[in-house]
This record gives sequence, structure tokens and C-alpha cells, in this order.
Amino acid sequence: MRRPILAAALMAGVFATPLAAQDLPTLRIGLADDADALDPTLGRSFVGRIVFGGLCDKLVDLDARLNVVPQLAQGYEWADSKTLVFKLRPGMKFHDGTEVDAAAVKYSMERHLNMQGSARRGEISTLDRVEIVDPLTVRMVLKTPTAPFLAALTDRAGMIVSSKAAEAAGKDFSLKPVCAGPFKFVERVAQDHITLDRFDGYWNKDAIKLGRIIYRTVVDPSVRLANLQAGALDIAERITPTDVDAVKKNPKLKLAVYDGLGYQGITFNVGHGERAKTPLGQSALVRQAFNLAIDRAALVQVVYAGMYTPSAQAIPEASPFYASDVPAPARDVAKAKALLAQSGAKLPVVVDLTVTNSADQVQTGEVLQSMAAEAGFDVKVRAMEFAASLDADDRGDFAAHLIGWSGRADADGNLFNFLHTGAPLNVAGYSSKEVDAWLDEARAVTDVKARQALYGKIAVAHMTDVPLMYLYINKWITGMSTRVDGYIPIADGMIRPQGITLAK
Amino acid sequence: MRGHLGIRILQVIPTLLLVSIYVFCLQQLMPGDPALVLAGEERDPQVLAQIRAELWLDRPLVIQYFHWIGNVLTGDFGFSWRIRQPVAMLIGQKLPVTLQLGTMAFIIAVSIGVPMGIISAVNKNGFLDYLANGIGLAGLSTPNFWLGIMLILLISVQLGWLPPSGYVPLGEDWRQSLATTIMPAFVLGNAIAAVLMRHTRSAMLTALEQDYVRTARAKGLTEWVVVLRHALRNALVPVVTLGALELGTLLSGAVLTEQVFSVPGFGKLIVDAVFNRDYPVVQGVVLVTATVYVSLNLIADVLYVLINPRLRGA
Repeated sequence: MRRPILAAALMAGVFATPLAAQDLPTLRIGLADDADALDPTLGRSFVGRIVFGGLCDKLVDLDARLNVVPQLAQGYEWADSKTLVFKLRPGMKFHDGTEVDAAAVKYSMERHLNMQGSARRGEISTLDRVEIVDPLTVRMVLKTPTAPFLAALTDRAGMIVSSKAAEAAGKDFSLKPVCAGPFKFVERVAQDHITLDRFDGYWNKDAIKLGRIIYRTVVDPSVRLANLQAGALDIAERITPTDVDAVKKNPKLKLAVYDGLGYQGITFNVGHGERAKTPLGQSALVRQAFNLAIDRAALVQVVYAGMYTPSAQAIPEASPFYASDVPAPARDVAKAKALLAQSGAKLPVVVDLTVTNSADQVQTGEVLQSMAAEAGFDVKVRAMEFAASLDADDRGDFAAHLIGWSGRADADGNLFNFLHTGAPLNVAGYSSKEVDAWLDEARAVTDVKARQALYGKIAVAHMTDVPLMYLYINKWITGMSTRVDGYIPIADGMIRPQGITLAK
Repeated sequence: MRGHLGIRILQVIPTLLLVSIYVFCLQQLMPGDPALVLAGEERDPQVLAQIRAELWLDRPLVIQYFHWIGNVLTGDFGFSWRIRQPVAMLIGQKLPVTLQLGTMAFIIAVSIGVPMGIISAVNKNGFLDYLANGIGLAGLSTPNFWLGIMLILLISVQLGWLPPSGYVPLGEDWRQSLATTIMPAFVLGNAIAAVLMRHTRSAMLTALEQDYVRTARAKGLTEWVVVLRHALRNALVPVVTLGALELGTLLSGAVLTEQVFSVPGFGKLIVDAVFNRDYPVVQGVVLVTATVYVSLNLIADVLYVLINPRLRGA
């Protein structure tokens, strides 16, 4: 029994030979990782989202200024604080020829909500029911007023799949996904490439100037760059900051460098089990001192050639919810020493810092170590494999953890789950009644000004409590051939094929 | 001979069973909860519980093991937890790639290592000996990933002769296939060539001092006939053993090289699976690797007998 399966699989591996049959150019994109399941309900990886950018359209999308703009929906409206109404474009088709209508939206949203293993449930858990008003109108009714719900639909939770294909494939849908994006699935060889071909029935097909996209997995950043330099790739995502100069000097290449939505920071264990019982975990003064002992700009300069944006907030400056009156504190060793003295902690204060075992993270740890030493801290850098460090976080088996967050379009996605008492990602064990109330209220109101004020208060309180110490906002550094035009940089780091052209 | 072979083949079954238990237990010792890794950034306890239930992670280990091995015996290696493709299909995609790469590397290693070993032994302490030793030492001490990146920069980026990375299946376009695999095969073969060279040299030195070599020379045979037909044949036995072991190592040991050249092979499959705690893939790959390894040893045993007739009675 085993032999036929293996033999068939062997044949599939060796003889899979699709041919491009169109005159439009093929765009080759180098991804830094292998995508996981190609099913918008199950997918969890960042690079998977990039592939979905070609494969699956969403109800709504983000523009360069992080506004929510129409995609499959030609418009949306908050009927009240719990009811969101979408009007779909007429005549849209899925890759299998079936129609994109209100029933398909209802089916996909319920699939996101109920399918076993769904990775979307958490993002849209506040959704109570989806009602079909007419074939092109859907009404989504929420359990409680939730302002960030709309932003969640600009990502995988807003992707609509063909109900016919999904029903037929069941759990195997990810082997041959059928959506309503500009490109349809052709083949995938795990860890090597994913091929998509232009979909002629796409609703916005005039925006598509490519015949085929091949997403190639090239994990090693120097090799990704070498592929770009040799012309084997047209776009390479996540060029390392230290390679930026090499790209700039190459007349055949260009760069798009822009702020992302995510941050890098240190999570302190302030109330999660036994390991919170250190001067660092118990005393906000000690954490404030640590915060003042670090020169963020110098850190970014040393480790990342100055390419990232130093920051003391979880939200990027581009967001309307960034608190411009809470800048990153300048390094002040004298004040840090004074705060330590005031806290009464015994010197040197030991900081057991967990870092991921990659070269840049370890280097960041070492830079923090030498800076903090001057103020009276003894930072012990402990390199750990990523999966093991997550496990340790969940058990509360850490004192300080250098870890990032990829970021969400809405401010709530960068704050609530980390700071609200009992929230799933609050591994710090932080709990503040005031902050909880502000976070709850910022979810409930849809008015941007009112939410700005609430997130501003949270930013101020954060500088006193310092349960997380944000270090910098990530930047996306995308390298591409000068033949590529029309790439639109948007803070979510996706590569949207709409409008991209490739000269011969 | 036939009985000996029969016993060797029977020994394979308990060996593989032990390997399966060993791998299964070993990965339980790895820190890091697979459900946590799978859940990605969304670590909602409800989601975690559901993942554990779906993947049988909430059941006793013994049950998990028998569930898996039972399926394997019926030919079902299960699904990759991360990318949701059948493990058999993944192995089917990767095994030919690594076999091709390994075979090419091995051919390169043998065609460099063995002649160099012979030349070096025949010219013991001469210039060619020192030269061969020097090259061998350099080959052994050059890290694969460094050599790989240097080759890419020189041959692909600067000269533009070969594609920098990637892989094209043999059945699709054999020229492109060779073009994409020749650099990684050279990098892999380079280190093995050095080992083979050292072993061939010392085995040849021993053989050249034997009585039968003196007899052969006394018979008036030319030096090359003595070296190639009489000494080399005897010297090859340990070299074949080593070759079989190295070929086995190529299966799983090509990780760094596969990573550098983005060759979607076996090594890369298992390393990614370990980091993602994708247990069904780890188990499937290790089991297949062990099967290949054991088979190669079996083939080496048969080869001894063919090379050295005196072993036929044993």
C-alpha cells in the first residue's frame, strides 16, 4: 500500500511541468520563509499572507495611509455600533466560475468562525451572525460594539472562498485553494515554490499586468539577495538592513523602505508566577531605570545600520493612534542610577534576558547588556530557540524576553492582547484597572478622536508601569529589480500585485 | 553468503521499529509545545485546546504512537501539521531531489578523492603528496555554507554562468536540473572528497607494503598495473564502507548546503519540521532516512564480498 502512494508522489515531484501560455510577464518573488496552509481560515504565517495577496481578495483592504478601502465590497457602512453592512460589486467570480455573492460571504465568515483549527476565530470572535439582505448585500451583527472588527477584515478574516470548492475539498482545501483574487492556484512544491496564474475572470483584471507569479522560498537572506542580483528574482522581501548599501550601489536594483506595523521590545515578567518576584518584576522604578539606561537610536545604529525607527510605543507613527506627545526617552544614566537608588534594589540588578538564537537578536541583547551595565544592571543574555521561548513565556518561566510583534492595522491589535488583564498574550502578567478600562472603551467607540485620546492615556501610563519596553518599530525593506514598477508600499508589508508591471 | 544476507535483511525490521520508537520519544523531550507553534501569534487558550484535540496531542503518548505507527504500516504517513500536505507526498517530492544531489556529490567526491588518494600514496612524501594533502585539508576545513555563498557570488552573481539557487526536476529539463545542482553537489562532494582522499591514501600505503604487491612487482608488472589492479582493489574495502556511510550522511547532512542553495531537499524538510514541531514530518523523514541508511549498509556488505573474494566464505 505504501509503495504506490510513494511512487505516485515521486512521479508528481519529478514530472510536475506546468507551462506558461501567456505573453504577459512572469513575476518572481523571493519569500523569506515557506508558507503554511494555503487556506485563509487556517493560514498563520506571514509569507502565507503575501501569497494570499495574489490568490484571495478581501471584503476591504488597506491603503498606504492605513485607511480601510473597498475591495470585494464596493462600500461598507456602520448601521449602528454593532451592525456593519457591506455592499458587494456585481458580477464578481471565483476561480471556479461560481459567483461571489452574499451567500458566499456568509459561508466564508461562518467557516472562519466555526471550522476546526480555524486561526481566524480569535480575530472575529465578536461576530454574532451574518445576514443576507439581498444577493449583493450582507449585514454583520456583532455581539458587542467592536471598532477593530473592520480592520480585521482587511486581512485573512475578510477573504472570501468559493463555497462549492470548499465543500468539495473539505480539509484538503489548502491543497488547491479557490478564491476571488487576481491569480489562481497552479501548483505548490513545499519549501520551493508556489505558482499562480492570471485569472481572466477577475473583477479588477485591468489592474493586473502580469501573466504569472512564482513565489520562491529562499530562506537565507544573503542568498535571497544574490538571487536578486543575479536576476533570478524580481522582488525579494525582507532584505537585511546591513545589505541595504549593496542594493543601493547596484544600478539594476532599487529598494522600497517603509515603516511596518510591528515592533520589537522587551516583555518583563511583572506578575506571571514565581519568576516575577525579582526587583525588576516587582518595582516599576527599576524598569523605568532600565528604560532610561538604553539608547534606542544607538542600538538600532549598531545592530541594524540605523534602518529601524527607535520608538517607545507599540504603534507606528503612521497610525492615527500614535501618541506624538510620548517620545522615546533620551538615555539618561544619572537619572537611571538615581531611580535604582530610590527603588532600594541591591546592585547590580540582575536581568535575565531571553533572546531568540539569531545573530541580530543576540547582538541586540549584548548591546543592551553593555548599555545597562553603566547604570547598574547585570544583563545575562540567554539565547533560546524560538519555539522553546514561546513555551517558556506561557509558563511564566522568564524574567525579561526580547520579542517582537508583527503588528496589526488597528491599534487595538498591538495593545489589547498584551496589556489587558487575563488577555491571551499578556504573558507579562500585567494588570491595571485603569488601562483595562481604557482598552475596553477604545474597542467600544468608533469615533477616531475619542479613541486617540484613550490610546494617548495608555501610552502615558505605560511609561510609568513599563510592563513592556518597546525598542523600535520594524521597517519593511523590499528589494526589487529596476524593471519592476508600480509597487505600493503599505505598512502591512504585503506585496499587492495590482498595478505592478515588469519591463522586458 | 545467502544465509548471511537473509539474516542481515531480517535485522532491518527490529532496527526500524526501534528507530520509530526512538524518534517518537526523542521529540517529546524537545521543549516547545507544537500547539503553541502552530497557533502562531494568536495564542487563545480555546484555539490551543482545539489544536491539541484535533492532532491527538491531548491523548496518552502510547496511544499517539500506536495510532501513528498503525497508519504507517498501512502506508499512511499522515499530514504535515503546518502546511497540511500529506507527508508521503512531501517525502516523494524531496527524496528524489536529495538522491540526485547526493549521487552527484558522491560521484564528484569519488572522482576527486580516490585518484588524489592514490597519487598521494604512490608519491609518498613527494611534492604531489603534500599538494594533495594540502588540498584535502582545505576541503575538510572549508565550511559548506561559506563555500556555497562564495560560489554563488562568484559564479552566479559576478560571472552569471549558473543560476544562483533553486531546483529544476530532472524530468522537467535535465540541463537546467544539472545547472541548478552542480554547485551544491560540488560543495557537498568537496568535503567528502577530502575524507575519501585521506582514507584511500592510508589504505593504499598499507596495501603497497604487502607481500603480494612485492610479488606482483617481482613478476615484472608495470607500476600502474600493480597499483591499480593489485593494491587498489584491496585498499578499496574500507573506502567502500566509508563511502556508504558518507552517502547516508548526505541524505540528512546536506541541510546547510540545501539551505544556502535553496534546494528543496530532505535535509531542509526535516530541519524546518523540527523548528515548527511538525511531528508527523519529522517521524516520516527519519523513518525513511533510516530505511535508506540501513539499505546502503546492506549494499556495502554485498560490495565487500564482490571486491574481496576471500570474504565469500564468511
